[in-house]
Amino acid sequence: MNGCPAWSFPGGLVLDGHKAESTREPVAAAPVPPVLVLPLQQHIGNPAVPVVEVGQRVARGQMLARADEYVSAPVHAPSSGTVAAIEERPVPHPSGLAAPCIVIETDGEDRPHPDCRPVPDYEALDPSALRNIIREAGIVGLGGAGFPTFIKLNPGPDHAVDTLILNGAECEPWITCDDMLMRERPREIIEGLKIMRHALRARRCLIGVEDNKPEAIAALEGALEADERETIRVCPVPTRYPAGGEKQLILALTGKAVPSQRLPVEVGIVCHNVGTAAAVYRAIHRGEPLVSRLVTVTGPAMERPRNLEVRVGTPVSDLLALAGARTTDITELIMGGPMMGFELASDAVPVIKTTNCILGLDHDPHRQAAPVRPCIRCGECARVCPAKLLPQELYWFARARDMDKVQDFHLFDCIECGCCAYVCPSHIPLVQYYRFAKTRIWAQEKERRKADLARRRHEFRLQRLEREKHEKEERQRRKKELLKKARGGDEAAKQAAIQAALERVKTRREQQHAQARNVEPQTEAQRRALAEAEERRRRLAGDSDGGDDDAV
Amino acid sequence: MLTALLVLTLLAVTFGLLLGFAAIRFKVEEDPIVDQIDRLLPQTQCGQCGFPGCRPYAEAIARGEADINQCPPGGEAVIQALADLLGRDPKPLNEEHGQHKEKMVAVIDEQVCIGCTLCIQACPVDAILGAAKQMHTVIADECTGCELCIPPCPVDCIHMVPVKKTLADWVWPYPEEEEERAGTPPAREAAP
Repeated sequence: MNGCPAWSFPGGLVLDGHKAESTREPVAAAPVPPVLVLPLQQHIGNPAVPVVEVGQRVARGQMLARADEYVSAPVHAPSSGTVAAIEERPVPHPSGLAAPCIVIETDGEDRPHPDCRPVPDYEALDPSALRNIIREAGIVGLGGAGFPTFIKLNPGPDHAVDTLILNGAECEPWITCDDMLMRERPREIIEGLKIMRHALRARRCLIGVEDNKPEAIAALEGALEADERETIRVCPVPTRYPAGGEKQLILALTGKAVPSQRLPVEVGIVCHNVGTAAAVYRAIHRGEPLVSRLVTVTGPAMERPRNLEVRVGTPVSDLLALAGARTTDITELIMGGPMMGFELASDAVPVIKTTNCILGLDHDPHRQAAPVRPCIRCGECARVCPAKLLPQELYWFARARDMDKVQDFHLFDCIECGCCAYVCPSHIPLVQYYRFAKTRIWAQEKERRKADLARRRHEFRLQRLEREKHEKEERQRRKKELLKKARGGDEAAKQAAIQAALERVKTRREQQHAQARNVEPQTEAQRRALAEAEERRRRLAGDSDGGDDDAV
Repeated sequence: MLTALLVLTLLAVTFGLLLGFAAIRFKVEEDPIVDQIDRLLPQTQCGQCGFPGCRPYAEAIARGEADINQCPPGGEAVIQALADLLGRDPKPLNEEHGQHKEKMVAVIDEQVCIGCTLCIQACPVDAILGAAKQMHTVIADECTGCELCIPPCPVDCIHMVPVKKTLADWVWPYPEEEEERAGTPPAREAAP
């Protein structure tokens, strides 16, 4: 396309795309299943906190769980029905562990919630109000990571955003959900882009699409209105994995390299997925929170690979049925793509907000797991690394569990694209090592924080015990001193002490008498009666004082 | 001759003063070795090492009175870290002090608890909440799993349960096992 900037990112691979299989037929809506399972954590950050109760009836788009902290996102009901349970269920995660979920039994009515109303004029809203609507709609990055979108729409006071990039590269083989979205709903993407641009006050917008998707590029071009062509440009990028990596796409489109462990906003760029833009459009112009998404169901084990519009929470097994999966042939069921996805332990897990693809691989003699051999130091991994890291060094240190050294070699700049492991002639599972090292470092960090807390609490406890001991000693010492004084002192001192005590009692009593009560409204008779009583009491008090004196 | 002597003396005095000044002005607060050791210990405060807490154990190691392999909760990882810090050879955990176990957390059976406060007094990190004749409970996030609350309980209502694994602290498995598995083809693929 004319005038599109063209740079290039280092490394990368040209892979067999396998895109044609799932783009043959248009996107179809998957039926709403009888039971929806919604994990409370479908995003990066804190899990959402349920705001519904078991047995409560909910409508489509109603909030089920609210965002607890800043980095969090709410979860909404994808269809109407009844909350059947709030319990732990298996979730799509490489660990195969269970996590808290809200389970909804749908009623088939798909009744929308009355609060789901479009925003009439978003341009009149200030960015912060707009971000709030996007936050309340539960929108997270749909490209795969699931970072809450409203945070990425908040550049903060220190950064000005020059360029807003929409990521439609979709570089990983087999996945086509963004491609189909761009082909079928280009206007939604562009409207969403304009909302994001308004929130960010960005000067120009680029939509990066890999050049193996000519239909998508044409559809976006065709959907752009004349006055939008000035500021929004559709930019084809060469098809080379991982062109859809955030930092790689930014480099390819703007020539700017995002520094290590920094955010793109620090170089004046914000990058969102095209699906996220469409979700923002739906939230603003249709009042729909994020309750559905496009999912590619593909792979050699599918009779009918296709893209489906799926309600979040639909079990993966339903999608396999819709794609005509030969379930007995599936040897590996992957969520995500073949390079960066993870294997699912079961097809009973639900689709979540970040699920872009369900890939069913069958038994393929060419793809046999080859035996792992020792590293021969060929350096292929370093040549293909798009982050310009030294995968071999990272491998040595991760293997030796040297968590300090591996960080010195910028482990956390690794995007886990899998290029290094793909080209490794020794078939070393390099990315596995990096994932292990990353999660191990996080776990260690957490343990360390916990140990610090325990140390502080223990020190505090020791201090407290010490203080209590001192206080007790002090009390005992004082008591003893008093006793000693009382015993050891001469008779005069004793008398004086008794006299002082009596004085104290007397003054206290007088004070009590002096405090007249019920003085508010009094008749003359009452006042007289009071005066007499007072007189009597004073007399009595004088007598008793005298009596006391006698006793001493 | 005299000039040379004078000059040299003057130089010596000047540099001496300069060095003296620098030694005071730019003094680096060296992290005492005890603090460094203490930072590596797991802070369970369980006393299995034979010392009343992690800090006393760290002090004993620093004085050379205790070996580095006496901390069962820390296990191999802590022994390795201590060996690296102190420039000693790592050695296996001394079994006399106990065995390395997975992380546990104490749970009080609230139906059985009689509210005697003995466990509260035993807890080294004040992780048990309660009062006399009131039900007690463990603040799971603060519990270090030291098991010190178990012996004093007169009704045996405290149990240790493994810390629940969550998505947030799950760690990818070390690929070595995978490598071994890849060496011999999986049964699924070996089947005709």
